[in-house]
Amino acid sequence: MSKQPHQRGRPREDGWILASLKSAAVRTDEYFTLLWRSLRATFSRPFYVDDLFQQMDTVGVASLWIVILTGLFTGMVLALQSAVEMERFGATIYIGRLVGATTVRELGPVLTALMVTGRAGSGMAAQLGSMEVTEQVDALETMGVNPIRRLVVPRLLAGVIMMPILTVITDLVSIVGGLLIAVVKLDLSATLYLRSVWATLQQTGFIFRYIPIDFVQGLVKPVAFGGIMALTACYYGLRTRGGTEGVGRSATKAVVTSSVLILATDYFLTQVLITLLVE
Amino acid sequence: MTDDGNGAGERDEPMVRAENVTLSLGGRRVLDGVSFELTRGESLAILGASGSGKTTLLRLVLALAEPDEGEIWVAGYPLSRCSFEDILKLRRDIGMVFQGSALFDSMSVLENVAFPLREYTDLPDPEIRERVHETLRIVDLDPDQVEHQLPAELSGGMQKRVAIARAIAPRPDMLLFDEPTGGLDPITTRTINELIVKLREELGVSAIVVTHDIRSALHTADRVALLHEGRLVFVGTPAEMKESKDDYVQEFLGEALFT
Repeated sequence: MSKQPHQRGRPREDGWILASLKSAAVRTDEYFTLLWRSLRATFSRPFYVDDLFQQMDTVGVASLWIVILTGLFTGMVLALQSAVEMERFGATIYIGRLVGATTVRELGPVLTALMVTGRAGSGMAAQLGSMEVTEQVDALETMGVNPIRRLVVPRLLAGVIMMPILTVITDLVSIVGGLLIAVVKLDLSATLYLRSVWATLQQTGFIFRYIPIDFVQGLVKPVAFGGIMALTACYYGLRTRGGTEGVGRSATKAVVTSSVLILATDYFLTQVLITLLVE
Repeated sequence: MTDDGNGAGERDEPMVRAENVTLSLGGRRVLDGVSFELTRGESLAILGASGSGKTTLLRLVLALAEPDEGEIWVAGYPLSRCSFEDILKLRRDIGMVFQGSALFDSMSVLENVAFPLREYTDLPDPEIRERVHETLRIVDLDPDQVEHQLPAELSGGMQKRVAIARAIAPRPDMLLFDEPTGGLDPITTRTINELIVKLREELGVSAIVVTHDIRSALHTADRVALLHEGRLVFVGTPAEMKESKDDYVQEFLGEALFT
């Protein structure tokens, strides 16, 4: 009898942990099921080309200014910060190397992905969420339209196509930002700076003879990040419940989860790419 | 459509047959052994208080949800044995008018009503536009005035008419209405009810009207079913309903007619 409270308490505790694990497993399963269904729908008819272009416009063109500003100031601040340290050793000519390497390998893909997630991912989740709570998604289904094909696939493709393009723009603008600081504040010659950028890009080698491995790394990542951003936004958008409040919650969850997934994927992807391409 | 030899798709089959349908959501039994039939050309009103499972029943007929037990046949096809593709095809013969109209808010009235036509047919644009205009006139809207407007620019009653136009544009065999007069003022409610009756007379479709408005039900339906706590407590004609001795039926009638 004296053991009873203890025995009563334990199952409740176990129950709580089990329930959390179970719900996490269910959500992971739902997420990958959505991915699988989207991939299947991507490669079968009908295709909604107009919706794809519209989403590419929303994700890509509309995010242009935000990634240009991000790239510019990141490049400028990288050059400025490194100049402080490097001037002490008279090594300011290596600023191009530092800006080039950090931008193309890491900061370009990751910052672009995070900025686009904040801008387009939240919008996607909110739009699909409000369609869900106002029964527009049900309406699509009742009119014989597969919502995954019509709503998720164009967004997923738009993310996968536009994120690398935006990343290249961020990279270029960031290098130009570094160039501005190098020339205006540090009196370096533009040629020297750009040579230094190029030197670091070819340092890790080439594939197909002309394409720097750093550049490939920097382009594989945004494809994955674009997919994660769009899929996560669609996932939370389509499971929105609870009216307008639910729409807000979905948008927040989509941005937070996408951002964490992007940063985690960045680490693992970097490890894989280094193993495959560099070693 | 797969034919499993279950008498599927015959013209003399009832439009909808539900047998012993049971469904629990979030641990609560929403529907409990519900059985009913809707013959072709007939109109059935499903009445009940809020949360009595009415909308869920429509979702089951559309295969937007699956029952835990029981079976639903639509046009003779057992939904539990239909593939996803079959269900998409079945839904094409059903027009659904959602409670909140569920118009696509990024599309104009013209695009909304044209949506099912573009999905189901290969009609060229001019013919689709012609069909949309014709359909808008059926629901008493002036096509030239509303076709380029966005749903948000229309009043609740007009949105409902556009939603009805979108549902009837592909000329379905059956119309489902989820609270067609919910949230509308008494005059608009009356005109929407008259529109439902007119549609049934002009298009000859079967209809299920889910409502908590007893006047709408008695006005638009051949038969009335009353849901209470997930169970069908009454199915019969409006006249039979008024004469029913069932306590809940009388309570519902009394509450509804005198408030």
